[in-house]
Amino acid sequence: MRASLRFAEGPLRGPGRGGWPMTMLVFLETHDGELTKGGLGVLSKAATLGGEVAGAVLGSGVRDAGARAGAFGASTVYVVEDDALAAPLPQPRVDALEAVVAESGAENVFFAASVLAADVAAGLAARLGAGLNWDLTDVRVEGGELVGVRPALGDTVLVDVGWSSTPRLGLVRSGTFDPVEAGGSAEVRDVAVTFQDFSTQATLVDHLQEESSGPSIEDADVIVAGGRGLGGPEGFTLCEELASALGGAVAATRAVVDAGWYPYSAQVGQTGKTVSPKLYIALGISGAIQHKVGMQGSGTIVAINKDPNAPIFDFADLGVVGDLAQIAPKLTELLRARQ
Amino acid sequence: MKIAVCVKQVPDATVHKRLDPSTHRLDRSGEGALNPTDLNAVEEALRLRDAHGGEVAILSLGPERAMDSLRKALAMGADRAVLVSDAAAAGSDLVATSHALATALGREEPDLVLFGQQSSDADGAVLWAAVADRLRRPMVSQVAELTIEGGTLTGKRQTEFGYDVISAPLPAVVAVSDAINEPRYPSLKGIMGAKSKPQETVSLADAGIEADRVGEAGSKTTVRAVAPPPAKSDQVKLEDDGSAAEKIVEYLAEKRLI
Ligand SMILES: Cc1cc2nc3c(=O)[nH]c(=O)nc-3n(C[C@H](O)[C@H](O)[C@H](O)COP(=O)(O)OP(=O)(O)OC[C@H]3O[C@@H](n4cnc5c(N)ncnc54)[C@H](O)[C@@H]3O)c2cc1C
Ligand SMILES: Nc1ncnc2c1ncn2[C@@H]1O[C@H](COP(=O)(O)O)[C@@H](O)[C@H]1O
Repeated sequence: MRASLRFAEGPLRGPGRGGWPMTMLVFLETHDGELTKGGLGVLSKAATLGGEVAGAVLGSGVRDAGARAGAFGASTVYVVEDDALAAPLPQPRVDALEAVVAESGAENVFFAASVLAADVAAGLAARLGAGLNWDLTDVRVEGGELVGVRPALGDTVLVDVGWSSTPRLGLVRSGTFDPVEAGGSAEVRDVAVTFQDFSTQATLVDHLQEESSGPSIEDADVIVAGGRGLGGPEGFTLCEELASALGGAVAATRAVVDAGWYPYSAQVGQTGKTVSPKLYIALGISGAIQHKVGMQGSGTIVAINKDPNAPIFDFADLGVVGDLAQIAPKLTELLRARQ
Repeated sequence: MKIAVCVKQVPDATVHKRLDPSTHRLDRSGEGALNPTDLNAVEEALRLRDAHGGEVAILSLGPERAMDSLRKALAMGADRAVLVSDAAAAGSDLVATSHALATALGREEPDLVLFGQQSSDADGAVLWAAVADRLRRPMVSQVAELTIEGGTLTGKRQTEFGYDVISAPLPAVVAVSDAINEPRYPSLKGIMGAKSKPQETVSLADAGIEADRVGEAGSKTTVRAVAPPPAKSDQVKLEDDGSAAEKIVEYLAEKRLI
């Protein structure tokens, strides 16, 4: 279905001549030789917009994985294979993507937000002098023009954003679009690249994967999550006691995981897990976007924070302005008394 | 070691942030503050200077009053501040801002450029990658632990798949995560001393930045329309008067969550 839509629109127009349909090139990140879900989701969305859809797969030993993007809507997959792309580092990927953009003539280059993709997108914006809109939660074609939707200022406004030149670069908020496997196959094209001297100076020296421990937060009906407001690793005792009174699990923000207060396996958010319990109690969490994307699907969100201006109050169902050290133990005690 | 820290003045957390309906730009008329996560970058710079010697320069692009916020970095212990300020630079997006900062940094020639985790108004967490590309320097972002030894830096950062440890030779660009350290509070002595530290406000021309590459002329993104988000109904907010725990229990019981 999507293929016929695409070809019914006729031959592609070159860059700068404006008007849809055009080529949407999607950066497809790989991990352990597989395409990640985020990139495939953006690819699937791109396939609904009516233009030509291509994927860019950059790595070492990723050719076969790249070919699978055809099933998600790509008619062409550009592959750059090089040892310089073996480690998940952004700068050599800017060189590679620059070459793919030149080869494909793509007027639009989209990315699913990730730690790696954000750096690649911004590096490419500088390299090409191109506009980058980030944190997009939707994209549509309106009057022949591409329009992005971006919640801004802590999601308190919805902004329709555009671009005044091509290529247009877009970074889509993580978890926005789900991959849709529609079948189909892609033509795979190899692209050669010459790396800039500075691009390969940063090197990966180690990768640490923390093993998960304790009950999983992914299946819990109740989650008690702690942030930097707990004051230190010992503050997690409050979370654990409250969680046990509710029969729930304990989660954490990146700030406290990076600080070593709690294990990575318990982290909720963009670079952690996505959870949707019936009840999510946030203790001392500010509510940054990157945390929110991992827990906004929760049934009921209760937040305790001493700062009345904390962004979490914008999306908590019950917001309590107060000191968690006072409130949490009392809450645990009351809940225990009910049992 | 010469360290430059890129920082931004943002609306203070107590200010209700809004977009000006006519310009679609952020209304910056209210109280301003140094972007919270930039304090971590300043703190890291001070620690590195204290360990390796050298100086810490603070660099920003923003309105003239942004110097008030830069002074906080001086009060914490930074050596001097440079603010690039020009009416023609207002409305700069990523390509424009990165061009301005990279040009200004090119003149400073620092061994290390530090960035904060993200600006609380733009929420991009992207600027460093654009600046590093323009400076043609290696870059490591989201660094939660940083060490520098013999002209090489090593940074540990979290990704979606665990932690990566990355090293790069100086000169380099590093963006720190907000978990890297606990920013110090300026001492009274620091606050008094800040006033007499070098504070330079320079125009685009002074900084050698072409005016047509910044501001709206140099920007490649546009704002087409602004709308309120879909309203979230039934939100309750209360201030603890000693009975918050009871009220939470009542609320949960009413929702049949307990
Ligand atoms: C690319 C990227 C990916 C990221 N991924 C993630 C992710 O996966 N998950 C994640 O969580 N974050 C992530 N972050 C980080 C995120 O932006 C925030 O920095 C982080 O979520 C903040 O954690 P926090 O709320 O614990 O800390 P803070 O923002 O410091 O908030 C602490 C809160 O505690 C409150 N507080 C302090 N004392 C008390 C008290 N006694 N009682 C009540 N309240 C108190 C304060 O008012 C404050 O609001 C990411 C950032 C980036 C740039
Ligand atoms: N106008 C600016 N001047 C100097 N540094 C900035 C400016 N805007 C952002 N920064 C720096 O770039 C980081 C990331 O900003 P952003 O990409 O806007 O989230 C901030 O934490 C600052 O360190």
